[in-house]
Amino acid sequence: MNKDLVSMIADLNEQEALKIVKDRLNAGEDPLRIMEDARKGLEIVGERFASNEYFIPDLVYSGEIMKLITELVKPKLTREEETRKSGKIVFGTVKGDIHDIGKNIVAFMLDVNGFEVIDLGVDVPEQKFVEKIKESGASIVGLSGFLTLAFDSMKQTIKAIEDAGLRDRVKVMIGGGQISEEIRKYTGADAYGRDAMAGVTLAKKWTGIN
Amino acid sequence: MEKQWVDMSPEEKQEEMFNQWLSPRDPEGNDLKFQSPGTQKDYIERVTIIKDAIQMKKLPARVPVIISPSFFPCYYAGITPQEAMYDYDKLNMAFRKFLLDFQPDTNIGSIGPGPGRAFEILDYKLYSWPGHGVSPDSPYQCNEGEYMMADEYDALIEDPSNFFITTYLPRVFGALEGLKMLPAATGILEIFGVATNFIPFGLPPVQATFKALMEAGSEALKWIGAVSALGNETMALGFPGTFGGFTKAPFDVLGDTLRGTRGIMLDMYRQPDKLLEAMDRLTPIMIKMGVNAARMNRHPLIFMPLHKGADGFMSDEQFKKFYWPTFREVMIGLINEGVIPFPAAEGYWNSRLEVLRDIPGGKTLWMIDQSDMLKAKETLGTVACLAGNVPSDLLKLGTPEQVKDYIKNLIDTVGKDGGYIVCNGAFFDEAKPENLRVMVDFTREYGIYK
Repeated sequence: MNKDLVSMIADLNEQEALKIVKDRLNAGEDPLRIMEDARKGLEIVGERFASNEYFIPDLVYSGEIMKLITELVKPKLTREEETRKSGKIVFGTVKGDIHDIGKNIVAFMLDVNGFEVIDLGVDVPEQKFVEKIKESGASIVGLSGFLTLAFDSMKQTIKAIEDAGLRDRVKVMIGGGQISEEIRKYTGADAYGRDAMAGVTLAKKWTGIN
Repeated sequence: MEKQWVDMSPEEKQEEMFNQWLSPRDPEGNDLKFQSPGTQKDYIERVTIIKDAIQMKKLPARVPVIISPSFFPCYYAGITPQEAMYDYDKLNMAFRKFLLDFQPDTNIGSIGPGPGRAFEILDYKLYSWPGHGVSPDSPYQCNEGEYMMADEYDALIEDPSNFFITTYLPRVFGALEGLKMLPAATGILEIFGVATNFIPFGLPPVQATFKALMEAGSEALKWIGAVSALGNETMALGFPGTFGGFTKAPFDVLGDTLRGTRGIMLDMYRQPDKLLEAMDRLTPIMIKMGVNAARMNRHPLIFMPLHKGADGFMSDEQFKKFYWPTFREVMIGLINEGVIPFPAAEGYWNSRLEVLRDIPGGKTLWMIDQSDMLKAKETLGTVACLAGNVPSDLLKLGTPEQVKDYIKNLIDTVGKDGGYIVCNGAFFDEAKPENLRVMVDFTREYGIYK
């Protein structure tokens, strides 16, 4: 049976996927086509996650497989991959909070779905968000936080964006363990998401992509 | 003659553990002197309603109310988390004030913040704490990482203690580098060659490590003196402690602080058998940890913070294969020794509730966060006492009236036939004081079973 790369990645078959990549590279295939297939595989992973067939470990594992494939392919790349990014998102865990597992998962899902994620990391001061929004021209901001203290940091970050005159330029989404509609209202965010897919759905809606 | 411990059934052991909780001792081992007959009565009533709620044999006199904050007492009392970790008088002041101002049925105690100076001496890398990686007014937070590597399962399985001492501890504590050089203590057998085992202890890095351990130990001793003084003082005022100790589900032991979230998730695919074997190896160790703490503290409730088994963190199949079997085994191990597992299912656990009900009735207490409470009552709640579900956002942003309505609904539904304790769903740093006050006062008034 001819096992293709797209389905091997979609099915999280690490060994087979890596073998196919090596074979195709050895056969002299255009590395960009291999990367394209790999990305299609990840898209299916994303779809399965969206339909509750896959869960967080599957995402983490697919990301790991992708990393290994990229390591194999990268040295052979002669030209840059075209970026087909559908929108820029400034992303980070707010001031005072260093939790990043949730943030990383959402960033990964946004990336898989074609968004350019500018990840500022954890414990990010308000001004850093403001600067990055200005610098990148991003239209979406994602604020993550796990602690109850993050509620106020989120509120302050959104206030800082407003004070910088950028609030009309960006849509703000928030997320994290204890985030709810009440917290959204409190912080002044445009929306909140309970899981990574909710984040993707919001980003697509806001950028007009289906 | 009284029945020997080994001949007792789990039920008899549980009864005995509750009796010990009902008759607390002072640090010298004598019966604790209550401040007054009234505070003794309060203490006994509080333990008794919790006991009745857990055992589900008869209706408690009223619904108990527990508040489990993390750093809230510090902010409330006007000190920073940093002060709480470095000044034990301030620490106790804050947690005493919290307890006496709100008067929940149990005392969370001042053990949570921990001794900052000891962590400094040890160069603790697993956490950032106020002033060390996070600001003085932030709570401590975990620095997740791979503190056990993917290829170290065999070493862990072969000799968990030795793996912890010579590999894990030096990675987590910068000042304990010298432990890497220690021999396995099991090699110390007879006079022939025995002294070779002591050579490492003569080397400067090992001696520096032991010096750090001794200094950290002195600091920890100072800290626990303060923490237990507050515990005894508040017991005398009629407040039982919330927990007798803690243990963990083996999956979380590996996933939280050893392999990390990413590491353990990859292990489920790449080396599932090793992961399962390691969890089996850790199971009796986790049982013993909980049982010993319960006995030492004469308190049957052993807290189990659950992390990586929540909805979405793995599929239901993975949950049944990787998370549940050894978690259940730890709970059964505790139950067989008369101990009450007190797991906290943080986040959402809706898809796991059916699986969780496969435990003996009336022997566990579950802190539920945001799971569907009615569904929890119909499933897990048929065999176990539920606590919690008062949400963080409500405590922080709601009005006392909203808190009252929320709790009224919980008592009317989940608490209808007993088996429910009013409690916050997740540990919190911030809340409106008036909301916590109404949580306790309203439960006392409305939660009386007639």
